[in-house]
Amino acid sequence: MMNSTIEVEGLTVVRGGRPVLTDLDLRVGAGVTGLLGPSGCGKSTLLRALVGVQRVAGGSVTVLGEPAGSAGLRHRVGYVTQAASVYDDLTVAENLRFFARVLGVDAGAVERAVEAVDLAGHRDAVAGRLSGGQRSRVSLAVALLGEPDLLVLDEPTVGLDPVLRRDLWELFHGIAERGATVLVSSHVMDEAERCDRLLLMREGRILADDTPAAIKQRAGATDVETAFLTLVEAAA
Amino acid sequence: MSARTTTAVARRVLTQVRRDHRTLAMLLVLPTLLMTLLWWMYADAGPAFDRLGPALLAIFPFIVMFLVTSVTTLRERSSGTLERLLAMPMGRLDFLLGYAVAFGAVAAAQSAIAVGVSVGLLGLELAGPVWLLAVVAVVDAVLGTALGLFVSAFAQTEFQAVQFMPALVVPQILLCGLLVPRDDMPDVLGAVSDVLPLSYAVDAMAHLTSLSSTGEVWGDLAVVAGFVVAGLALGAATLRRRTS
Repeated sequence: MMNSTIEVEGLTVVRGGRPVLTDLDLRVGAGVTGLLGPSGCGKSTLLRALVGVQRVAGGSVTVLGEPAGSAGLRHRVGYVTQAASVYDDLTVAENLRFFARVLGVDAGAVERAVEAVDLAGHRDAVAGRLSGGQRSRVSLAVALLGEPDLLVLDEPTVGLDPVLRRDLWELFHGIAERGATVLVSSHVMDEAERCDRLLLMREGRILADDTPAAIKQRAGATDVETAFLTLVEAAA
Repeated sequence: MSARTTTAVARRVLTQVRRDHRTLAMLLVLPTLLMTLLWWMYADAGPAFDRLGPALLAIFPFIVMFLVTSVTTLRERSSGTLERLLAMPMGRLDFLLGYAVAFGAVAAAQSAIAVGVSVGLLGLELAGPVWLLAVVAVVDAVLGTALGLFVSAFAQTEFQAVQFMPALVVPQILLCGLLVPRDDMPDVLGAVSDVLPLSYAVDAMAHLTSLSSTGEVWGDLAVVAGFVVAGLALGAATLRRRTS
């Protein structure tokens, strides 16, 4: 598979003396891929390794043909952490203008990013005074600024209003349609149906890697949550 | 190194400072108020103000910038914004220089007010030029910024960051020659004093008050600038793109 955006081979990560990921292999291509699994299963650690901010104990992570974290990838990969990484004492627009200058993109990108996350009405509000969901959307807007080829999102829809959640998933698919790879983690199984492909993860291992329909069919289940349980029991 | 990202960081930090009115007011006014207090203390006690005043003009910007920078950078580390920036096309040195430029600018304003009031209103006597006094004060402030950036790497919480002040700053104040002339200290302490940056900052100020030639002042300033460069280099080494 030459056209994989992400190629992971034998990835091992140890944190605090405890192995979090052990000898993990993975390939992710274009489209919207969901990384689903319970809290603490290693999703965030895996995403950090893909972005190149995680110290790894072994294995290789290749993103867009280069080792993860290479200088050449810093323009091409957008990353949104679980906690909103924005400046609480700056307004929405000031935050975005700052990151736009760092990325070297024009002011038009700021406007497009504000519109994309539906925060145009709050552009002059100080980030620290926004609700949790609004702050995480500011953080998402920062990742959209550079129009990245790979967008890595760690639980971007947690705690959001269902209408907004639907809009964001539409946004992710819109980004994927222009050829980008979008990798979204979630611990909520009902978001699985919104993904082109799924990676089911538990205790640092990938249980399944397929389309939602194929995973359900293989497990003989009508929803992904039941399929997940079947897979866990089969592996035990 | 990139001028674009350095400028972006400096502008952002200045916007943050401007937004925080209380911090801004304290940054600009506090050193001047303390200088005035010192002048008042010695109002009936002879020329001591002329001896102590310049040393304090070196020490105040150093302390203030050390504290402000170590807490701000720590916040940047703990909020995840630093990790985000380092995943972007942002050089580690650009990040630090941006901070140094922003706080250097604040220090310039702070020192201009403190020096202006001390010389203009409080009658501080100088043998050397006034503008050089302001230059020394700004370099001292940048020294505080450089050390603050460095120590923020060793603090997990803001409480710890603030504790670095008695640990790293107070000994320098005690040994800089303000209380006991450096030549009169026990040999060991004199030697320690010789390797502490604040000693040279205070020496530069002392030379400005007593000598009309500026050669000594530039020599001291060069030593302080060397410490600034070393502090920024050490600070850059503590910024890691990959963490566990």
